[in-house]
Amino acid sequence: MRVSLNRQTTLLIFIVLLVISAVAATQLGAMRLSLTEIWQQPFDSIVWQVWLTIRVPRVLLALLIGAALAVSGTIMQGLFRNPLADPGLLGISSGAGLMVALALLLPLQLPLFASLWLPVIAAFIGSLLVTALIFQLNKISQGQLSRLLLLGIAINALSGSLIGVLSWLSNDQQLRQLSLWGMGSLAQAQWSVVGICALIIIPTSLLLLRSARALNLLQLGEEDAFYSGLDVLRAQQCLLIGNALLVGTAVSFTGIIGFIGLVIPHLVRMAFGSDHRWLLPGSIIVGGLLLLLSDTLARTLVQPAEMPVGLLTSLLGAPWFFMLILKRLKASYA
Amino acid sequence: MHKTLTASRLGLQTGTRTLINPLDLTLKLGEFVTIMGPNGAGKSTLLRLLTGFLSPTTGECWLAGKPYSQWQRKQLAGQRAVMRQHNQLAFAMSAEEVIVLGISQYTMRRQRMIVDQVVALIGCQALCDRNYATLSGGEQQQIQLARVLAQLWKEDQPEGWLFLDEPTSALDLFHQQHLLRLLHRLTRTGKLMVCAVLHDVNLAATWSDRIVVIQQGALVADGSVQQVLTESQLTAWYQAELSVIQPASSSHPIVLLNK
Repeated sequence: MRVSLNRQTTLLIFIVLLVISAVAATQLGAMRLSLTEIWQQPFDSIVWQVWLTIRVPRVLLALLIGAALAVSGTIMQGLFRNPLADPGLLGISSGAGLMVALALLLPLQLPLFASLWLPVIAAFIGSLLVTALIFQLNKISQGQLSRLLLLGIAINALSGSLIGVLSWLSNDQQLRQLSLWGMGSLAQAQWSVVGICALIIIPTSLLLLRSARALNLLQLGEEDAFYSGLDVLRAQQCLLIGNALLVGTAVSFTGIIGFIGLVIPHLVRMAFGSDHRWLLPGSIIVGGLLLLLSDTLARTLVQPAEMPVGLLTSLLGAPWFFMLILKRLKASYA
Repeated sequence: MHKTLTASRLGLQTGTRTLINPLDLTLKLGEFVTIMGPNGAGKSTLLRLLTGFLSPTTGECWLAGKPYSQWQRKQLAGQRAVMRQHNQLAFAMSAEEVIVLGISQYTMRRQRMIVDQVVALIGCQALCDRNYATLSGGEQQQIQLARVLAQLWKEDQPEGWLFLDEPTSALDLFHQQHLLRLLHRLTRTGKLMVCAVLHDVNLAATWSDRIVVIQQGALVADGSVQQVLTESQLTAWYQAELSVIQPASSSHPIVLLNK
């Protein structure tokens, strides 16, 4: 209450930053474009084509995937009441990945339309299965932080080895597809992909904004959330399904882009506090912004080649993860 | 009729184990009722049945003329609140944010009004801006009390059924007295019922209108302080050597452990 005006201003600043970065990012790349120049060229010129079919969808995809992963991280940390929860660390991304790999390798003859959706559906099923599994196991282990992460390690190991088996069985083209995708990249940005992602991610994120109060109440624990009038089971189911939709969509098109879901919620909490009514919109904006910046770096640092953005986010995020764990260790000994 | 919470033949079994033997209990608005009993007797389980968190395997619990199964969750939350022993938060929240958790459906103005009144009532103004996680156990209990009172707040006081599981466990003498006096005073208007699990027999003796005793999942006593707190009964329930004395200056007995 006391700081709500500041939060509004902060959110506004992030939105402005997002718009500026997005516009700037469409001009950067192997071929430098400037918006004023493009404007003077005829519509069917090469610069227009590059801008419209390569740059704009790439930027939009980065914003969408960044928002999806960040919202997913915020939801998982809130749902598990655990600041180390993250779709990658808990094995949800790799569970989705395993299903996508299966779908890629299955010799199915599908019409083009269906083949575009197949990985999304497979990834959704994979992430939903793993989320539900982790959630149940987490209840048995009474929500202990370290045990939750051990579960994640086990699931990551399992799906990693199964993906390994699948790659061994795959042909050259499938293998390349699998390994690129395992590193996480936004290089697949086409309008069709952006369209499907937008169709799933935008409504899901907006619907999840309505779960902010439920997430706040869940911070008291399930029993006290019940006493405060929350339909706990229903809220948890909605959050799990929404989360699986976001992670599944992100993973099926861009592979495993790690640590966005871990780092963003922490950054957003620093700016907005722990109220999910601010955390969720904050995650959408800051998540999109950060993945856009990372991706722009990834494709301009080593021009004319580009590195997979998943490598970059891992390089930046892993030390952060390390720091978080060290902080917890220190706190538990103090 | 609508001022009572009625449990009839309320019982809970899991598999072959009986956790709560079917029991009858009535809680009225305006009462201060204490639930007592030895460790592991089933006090917390009974509380979870009376608050509707657990569904009984036999019998039913009616609140204000309606069984729990027919209550809307949100409406129920405005009538019945529960303060439990431990509340740990994973993320940094200010004490005030914790208090408003239960009333965030209201307008900002109404939230502000309720919080101001509750905080003044409990006297925890100094804690509001602090990080909940850095508060002491006793200070956290005060904030949790503020949260549940806010949840039940109507015009100018909390109304409805308030359940507390050992609300004084982390409080010093001053705050024990302050909290129980406050709750007792709030029940006198006849609009609030307080049902607390208390371990301290003397606190129960001082403030209760009625004491309910649970032993091995069965209700073994339900009566006034004088009826329940007798030397022979307490010795039998708790297996402890103790004396009950009735000072001339006091309306309620004092229980002492023998050396």
